[in-house]
Amino acid sequence: MGILRKWSKEILLLAMAIVFLSPIYIIFVNSFKNRRELYENTLAPPTEFTLEFYEGAMARMDFFNAFLNSMYVTVVSVIFIVILSSMTAWMLARNANWISTVIFMTLIATMLIPFQTIMMPLMQLVTGITRSTGIPLYNSLSGLIFMNVGFNAALSVFLYHGFVKSIPISLEEAATIDGASKLGVFWRVVFPILTPITATVMILNVILIWNDFLLPSLTLIDKELRTIPLSVFYFFGEFTIEWNMAMAGLTLTIIPVVIFYMISQKYIIKGIGEGAVK
Amino acid sequence: MAKRNKIGWYLLFTVPLLIIFTIVVIIPFVIGIYYAFFQWDGISANPMEFNGLDNFFRLMDDERFLRSTWLTVLFTVLSVITVNAVGLAFALLVTSKLKLANLARTMLFMPYLIGGLILGYIWQFVFLDVFTLIGGITGLDSLFFNWLNDEDFALFALVLVFTWQMAGYVMIVYIAGLQGIPGEVVEAAKMDGASGWQRFSRITVPLLMPAFTISLFLTLSYGFKIYDVNLSLTGGGPANATELFAMNIYNEIFGYNNYGYGQAKAIVFFVIVAAITLTQVYLTKKREVEM
Repeated sequence: MGILRKWSKEILLLAMAIVFLSPIYIIFVNSFKNRRELYENTLAPPTEFTLEFYEGAMARMDFFNAFLNSMYVTVVSVIFIVILSSMTAWMLARNANWISTVIFMTLIATMLIPFQTIMMPLMQLVTGITRSTGIPLYNSLSGLIFMNVGFNAALSVFLYHGFVKSIPISLEEAATIDGASKLGVFWRVVFPILTPITATVMILNVILIWNDFLLPSLTLIDKELRTIPLSVFYFFGEFTIEWNMAMAGLTLTIIPVVIFYMISQKYIIKGIGEGAVK
Repeated sequence: MAKRNKIGWYLLFTVPLLIIFTIVVIIPFVIGIYYAFFQWDGISANPMEFNGLDNFFRLMDDERFLRSTWLTVLFTVLSVITVNAVGLAFALLVTSKLKLANLARTMLFMPYLIGGLILGYIWQFVFLDVFTLIGGITGLDSLFFNWLNDEDFALFALVLVFTWQMAGYVMIVYIAGLQGIPGEVVEAAKMDGASGWQRFSRITVPLLMPAFTISLFLTLSYGFKIYDVNLSLTGGGPANATELFAMNIYNEIFGYNNYGYGQAKAIVFFVIVAAITLTQVYLTKKREVEM
């Protein structure tokens, strides 16, 4: 009785999770079916296996190019965010004066500002800067990276700040007495201790930046600069939807996410938990 | 000398980030407030006309905007309830001592990682094809039909997809909360003869208050600001029946080129988002139980 009941609970839990993920399954199986089979039986696995729609979707979405753009923007943005916000947070936390408080509070307060509130003036500003100085903030991947750093600074500084305050200052003092400069103390002593929170900051920012649509859609104009969400958006906008190809396209965009999830699953769940709780 | 040195290091560490942050967030926020008092079509050659508070008065008679506000409130309220109910249920399930709990947790979190835009497209097909299929098979075609074509149900479709996206996310928050409840407290209540429901309502819920604060805060602000799923799932349709706040602002500015008026909406949007989230955090913080 006990065993049976326990097993039925296990099966129920698994069944629930499978039903929950069924939309992804549906997209996946139908990406291999031809038009007739797609509408005959949506839920069944494909009887014939064809990669035709993947080839079509890849070509139309310019998938590899979009993938490389997304990778480049995400990786470089996250590197800058980690370096700059950890340095800032450490300085703010270790110099508790009114200036630090004002800076920190300003950063926190801006987290309440929705993107829509500043998108138009931001675009005016960056197009103005690009037009008058030639600095490529508008319509360039580096410009997008610059803006990503600005937008995600507050959350990242906040997370680092909380962590820095929880670690003892004695190690840093010992290193300072040994004659290390602030830069040396930070990079050789402090930054390694920050590793757990760095993982959290990286995970949160990777998810936000990889999936971001609105900011890139406003700032990236040239076709060859498109990131994955942008190329999916235009893919669905340009043609009347051919569902089998559309589903191949959607599956393609999910694959990198699944791989990322499988590699760093432990850190993702931990990072999301910590990022939210703080 | 030492003092000057210290200031130098302080600036070196903080100024690069603060410059970027100021250009990207602070300056646009300030000039955004300025723009809200003008009438302007966004073309730099055309003049900006100062019209005082007119943009804000106009908002009060703008039926499309008021409808959009109402829809956003409705959407947010429904979503906050469903996301948190489902997320908490998931958390309770996967913290039970089942062997497959970890696998289930991994699977349930998955949708959050796929961006909102792509989720919307996935569900477009589910509503279009799978829902009609289920309706045909079961005969329940008054419930299972393409929700996206129906003015009332399209909003529920948004709630459903948003719940699908966010439930795994708040589940993680609730799991952290549940794991923080000391086992002895629950055991002691069990010894004293408390039933399962009593243990849940008298011990688990009060001790989960911090997790509630966070989850409500997250779902409220995410829900109120929803854009990507809105765009890809319904595009605001049918007949603007799902044009939520963020999309209304986007369309006003970039669709109709009413830069000044759209920016006034954007400022109102900020005030509401800020007010809701601050109030909510204040209220739930007050109710948290100190251990």
